[in-house]
Amino acid sequence: MEHIISVTVENKFGVLSRVAGLFSGRGFNIESLSVAPTLDPSMSQMTIVTSGDERIIEQIVKQLNKLIDVIKVVDLNETEFVSRETAIIKVHTKDADRAEALRIVDIFRANVIDSTPSTYTIEVSGDPKKIEAIINLLQPLGIKDLVRTGRVAVAREPVRPVAAQAKKVARD
Amino acid sequence: MKLTGAEIFIECLKREGVKTVFALPGGVVLKIFDTLHQQKDIEVILTRHEQGAGHMAEGYAKATGKAGVCLVTSGPGMTNVITALADAYMDSVPVVCFSGQVPTNLIGNDAFQEADNVGLSRPCTKYNFLVKDVNDLAATIKEAFYIATTGRPGPVLVDIPKDVSMAKAEFTYPNSVSIRGYNPTYEGNKWQIKQAAEAIMKAKKPILYVGGGVVFSGASQELLELAEMTQIPVDMTLMGLGAFPGEHPLSLGMLGMHGTYQANMAMHYSDLVIAIGARFDDRVTGKVSEFCPHAKVIHVDIDPTSIRKNIHVDIPIVGDCKTVLRELNQILRATVNGEQKELRKPWWDQIREWQQAHPLKYHQEKDGPIKPQQVVKRLYELTKDRDPIVSTDVGQHQMWAAQYFKLAKPNRWLTSGGLGTMGFGFPAAMGAQAAFRDRLVLCIAGDGSIQMNMQEMATAVVSKLPVKIIILNNGFHGMVRQWQDLFYEGRYASSYLDTTPDFVKLADAYGAVGLRVKTIGDLDTVLKEALATDKPVIVDVPTYPYENCYPMIPAGGCNHEMLLEDPPELKKKQSGAAKVTPEDKDTVLTA
Repeated sequence: MEHIISVTVENKFGVLSRVAGLFSGRGFNIESLSVAPTLDPSMSQMTIVTSGDERIIEQIVKQLNKLIDVIKVVDLNETEFVSRETAIIKVHTKDADRAEALRIVDIFRANVIDSTPSTYTIEVSGDPKKIEAIINLLQPLGIKDLVRTGRVAVAREPVRPVAAQAKKVARD
Repeated sequence: MKLTGAEIFIECLKREGVKTVFALPGGVVLKIFDTLHQQKDIEVILTRHEQGAGHMAEGYAKATGKAGVCLVTSGPGMTNVITALADAYMDSVPVVCFSGQVPTNLIGNDAFQEADNVGLSRPCTKYNFLVKDVNDLAATIKEAFYIATTGRPGPVLVDIPKDVSMAKAEFTYPNSVSIRGYNPTYEGNKWQIKQAAEAIMKAKKPILYVGGGVVFSGASQELLELAEMTQIPVDMTLMGLGAFPGEHPLSLGMLGMHGTYQANMAMHYSDLVIAIGARFDDRVTGKVSEFCPHAKVIHVDIDPTSIRKNIHVDIPIVGDCKTVLRELNQILRATVNGEQKELRKPWWDQIREWQQAHPLKYHQEKDGPIKPQQVVKRLYELTKDRDPIVSTDVGQHQMWAAQYFKLAKPNRWLTSGGLGTMGFGFPAAMGAQAAFRDRLVLCIAGDGSIQMNMQEMATAVVSKLPVKIIILNNGFHGMVRQWQDLFYEGRYASSYLDTTPDFVKLADAYGAVGLRVKTIGDLDTVLKEALATDKPVIVDVPTYPYENCYPMIPAGGCNHEMLLEDPPELKKKQSGAAKVTPEDKDTVLTA
């Protein structure tokens, strides 16, 4: 099953490779990973989309917690969360297609962020299904380039850190 | 006053109580060596290969319980020490390794002897640092020792570029360390410990399964109290040997692939497994799906990732073995009474029956070839009053040592468990000897594995580390040969080593003492002579080449399905095989 894990880490060099190395070294999956500094510039926030059965996810969470540069790990699947992904899509647009492209942009509440006589560059945010949908609609026009950020997610209400949850699980 | 990076390094080591550094110099660490050379508080033991330095630091750490320290140069120095770091990581040994690095302005330029030390060591260290500013050096070293020795111990690397060792900074050593992402749990959850105590009170067929965590945590006394109070039998892992007295009536010996019959049967039929500082390694569990099918599992470990990694656990307790056992004993002291002994009588009857049915066995003919088990057994009997430290390499001899050398106390057993590193034993023994100059340190080795770090004999001679090496010389990679006999129809692909080198002459060439046991009748005399020598000694013991190590659970097999002796077809084959007798070997060697 797919899990979104939110990881707060020290913002210093080498941390990303420690996290990535943990996943590759132990044969865990990474579907997407995004990372950027938090409000406190000494920390970074990672959002990792991964998959595995309950036992594997438990190991992933524990192994992440074991990394010395990891400050906090939250398995967002244990709670309600919202997630978004952004895609930037460069589409070929000739004459008539330009209007069609703009209609699609409008429907998906996307933005045109750059324009040339023969292309539009479109920015769209949403859940993965929405991104897939707009890609499908734009494909007939001819997609020249596509980049996706991978998902970022945040819990809808404060969640307890995993360490506390582990204790709760242990008690159960 | 301002100090150079090299001086800061030494001041930090002194404050950490380091007395010995195992080291090999090179271009970028010359400043550090030069500074070490001008002081007397820290002894430098010059090794002949960086792998040796790493294993010596491990041996030092295992024997003392303190961090072992090694110092290597950049590039090849670093790559050579990687095996030792990986070994220390698998077996949770506190080692702090310092590596030299090219000057900071050259990092990434493919400079001479440059390697990405932090990148290379990342998967095989608990943590690692690259120090880019001399002002950070002292705090970094403090953190390195803290991380290596706390929680689940492990190796830590500190990479010091040449310019950092030469630059100057004001020296202040921090009193404490605070790392927000690293807070090991020492106290076990009280509610869980209570649950464990209740389960122990109720269990009819409990078994203690104890590992290296008990040794590192210094929890042997607490374990002894728990076992004696509750009369629960004790199984030890390879790493846990010595955590509980080997000759104690409650000890069932080692469990696992080459564990004793009673140890494995007791695990399989138990109704409560109490795992303490052990990690359910595949050499212990065998086939996971059929592991301890009737048992509830209590698991005490300081590392949360060890819990429920391989095996379902009913009562997990994250915490330090010593702290948790103290608390557990306190609860049990108030509740244990004669009833448990009565309740468990059938269990003990069953265990004694297993013990009598299939004790460890081998057959030593009076004039026949020397059996390796006999060598270990005699070595044990001749030395047990001297409380020796024993190291091993990896293979058949290691398993025989584990079976027949019954250690009474912890921190006497140096072996490579998780990584299974051949070449570990000799340097590890030297590390222990460097820590305890007056103690008897034995290294039980095979003729294959001893050659993997033979060069350190020069270190042993020069640095006066009088380790006694006993080579069980069967002319084979014995464990490989055993598997080939059992699973590859006896095709000895690259497992035969022949009869070279002549270890006696080799010892002599190094300036050590070389002795050979020619017949079984000579065994005691030669061993005694070796033990009485105050120099490093090699005792070459040509043993019966086709002896196999039993019991054995074939890889992926189930714990109660042990091979107890050679299968009939193998016996038949071996009786027809040309036997190499010790005399034959001697002829070949001296011809």
